Amino acid sequence: MTEFLSDEMVLNMGPHHPSTHGVLRFILQTDGEMMRRAIPDVGFLHRGIEKIAELLPYQAFMPYTDRIDYLASICCNFGYALTVERLAQIEVPEKAEYLRVISAELTRIGSHFVGLGALLLDLGAVTPFVHALREREVYNDLMESLCGARLTHNYVRIGGVSYDEPPGFREKTRRFIDHIEYEFLDEFNELASFNTIFINRMKNVGVITAEDAIEHSLVGPNLRGSGVKHDIRKNDPYSIYNRFNFDIPVGHGKFGTMGDCYDRYWVRVEEVMESCRIIRQALELMPETGPVRTKLPRVFKPPKGEIYVRTECPRGEMGFYLISDGGKNPYRLKIRTGSFSAAAMIGEVSQGVMVADLVTIIGSFDVVAPEIDR
Amino acid sequence: MKISDLIALLKERLRDVIVGIEEMPNNDVMLEIKRHDLLPVLTTLKKDKELGFISFTNQLGVDYGDSFAVIYNLYSFALGNKLTVKVFLEKDNPEVDSVERLFRGANWFERETYDLLGIRFKGHGNLERLLLPSDWEGYPLRKDYVYPEEYHGMALKRKTLFEE
Amino acid sequence: MPAQYNLVNRLNEDSRMILTTVDRALNLARANSVWYLLMGLACCSIELMQTGGPRADIDRFGSLFRATPRQSDLMIVAGTVSLKMAPRLKRLYEQMADPKYVIAMGSCANCGGLFNLSYSIVKGVDKILPVDVYLPGCPPRPEALTEALIKIQEKIKNERYLRKKE
Repeated sequence: MTEFLSDEMVLNMGPHHPSTHGVLRFILQTDGEMMRRAIPDVGFLHRGIEKIAELLPYQAFMPYTDRIDYLASICCNFGYALTVERLAQIEVPEKAEYLRVISAELTRIGSHFVGLGALLLDLGAVTPFVHALREREVYNDLMESLCGARLTHNYVRIGGVSYDEPPGFREKTRRFIDHIEYEFLDEFNELASFNTIFINRMKNVGVITAEDAIEHSLVGPNLRGSGVKHDIRKNDPYSIYNRFNFDIPVGHGKFGTMGDCYDRYWVRVEEVMESCRIIRQALELMPETGPVRTKLPRVFKPPKGEIYVRTECPRGEMGFYLISDGGKNPYRLKIRTGSFSAAAMIGEVSQGVMVADLVTIIGSFDVVAPEIDR
Repeated sequence: MKISDLIALLKERLRDVIVGIEEMPNNDVMLEIKRHDLLPVLTTLKKDKELGFISFTNQLGVDYGDSFAVIYNLYSFALGNKLTVKVFLEKDNPEVDSVERLFRGANWFERETYDLLGIRFKGHGNLERLLLPSDWEGYPLRKDYVYPEEYHGMALKRKTLFEE
Repeated sequence: MPAQYNLVNRLNEDSRMILTTVDRALNLARANSVWYLLMGLACCSIELMQTGGPRADIDRFGSLFRATPRQSDLMIVAGTVSLKMAPRLKRLYEQMADPKYVIAMGSCANCGGLFNLSYSIVKGVDKILPVDVYLPGCPPRPEALTEALIKIQEKIKNERYLRKKE
């Protein structure tokens, strides 16, 4: 522990605190209401997923990737499947690629709803959170019709996806994204995003410059909020993302300084719209019929080698470093997540802010505890 | 930049220190260097105008049985290329220079590697356990790790389907 | 409704008098105002949130979330309990006022579940807390959590504080 002056107070926030998004602990050194620094203490949800990966066959590890980031389970499935496929050079059927992209983008929408809603809830606005949950229920129904699970979908398999689309899926999805893009987001923005109180709580708080963001290895919306135009879907395209036409939203200081909490929030709102665009194009282009899964041998052994694959999750870049020794289990699997560097960054940006602003900063980074701890 | 061009460029810049350089799957280059060269090489990779590997994306430690390795994944916005740097360490003295001063984002990665694999980083400001409790014994991601029987009076055994 | 939950015994049709025991009247009040502690640990916490959300709407049963253990009667352990978290969980339980109830939500809280292979997990929250209702599923659906709450309400309605059980 660092030294502290006698008129300073050390305050403990968490691990069980409603605004820390899961189990996350901060040790605050405060001088009155001003905070000298906040030291993050993580690991309250360390489940040893990387060790479990070494104990299980490649296919059997798939359900665990759901639990790395439970809000965006398909994106994690996708990343892991892609890693193994690129190492073993497995071809994925055309239709499975489209189903993967559609479900991953739907998951991104569902995840951002919780992220945005929970941020507003932490700032005291309960109603937008309930609105976001209402739409998330529709998303849950869609995913349930696709793969049978509401939260931990476990939909993507190595070499494809588990099931074909159910009848009526395209129509329902189209109706859902139309509703999101043309009705819900307008309502949500009117209710929350352009609310003066909300803007004043968010603008010019927790400013991160582009250089700082890169220096601290920030990824995803947190990096783009600082104005760095970097998205793995564009810069290092995987799957079939290069077939779609979409933009990368970046922060540009909408109401305050570039890289403040509002920019990070607004990037997420715009990303929901971009995801809707991708889904609409994918629904048009998706073939009507076709296989959705490549047959793999029962005991699946990829060749010896090392590979690092990055994918774009709702919380930023998710990288899988896989080392295979030619056996049926991975030799080592390292999972690099977006929340991990974001949680480290919270401690850096929270120097000299008010205690109430810490809640804003934590919410704007949209960290999820199991992604930090794994 | 093409992989072959990048390899040629790296060979030119880091002529004396390269132990091995090869192509990895997924448009990646694996650069192997010696332990004491790590900090100078990463400084060159970051500060060189043409290379510009300023983004520290990932770091991990591996237990290869007879030796440890630390692997760094870097990314260059200027070139649009990935680079993997690997350093082998001896089994009985897993210690390497910390790059925390060079890449601020490496701070927690190094703490995590220390926590789970017991690799020490020389010059790190705050090398403590990050994820596990501070009084935990052993390093779980080592291959010879034995699961503890109990922790502070909590029994940790419950028969699983896999242990019969 | 089963006979034992019958709160009121009317003397006859036009009677304006209600006869009941103090126990039953108290239990009715307690059972319909079970406030739960917001103890979201892992994946299950999202389903816990959605159970309190607009569709499942657990408010209908008189339950709403409290962020502080001092005001809550029910602890829903939603998620995996790690060894680092276990002492904190126990302390939070001890801070709750009696009478208190625990639902172990999800496979992880029941027995370790998927993470039984791990080294840093408490394999079943019943190793550190007394559990009233075990709720299987990974994660359980909101309907299942509502059912678990109704089970807790049934348990509360059957309790006798003022006289001994026959």
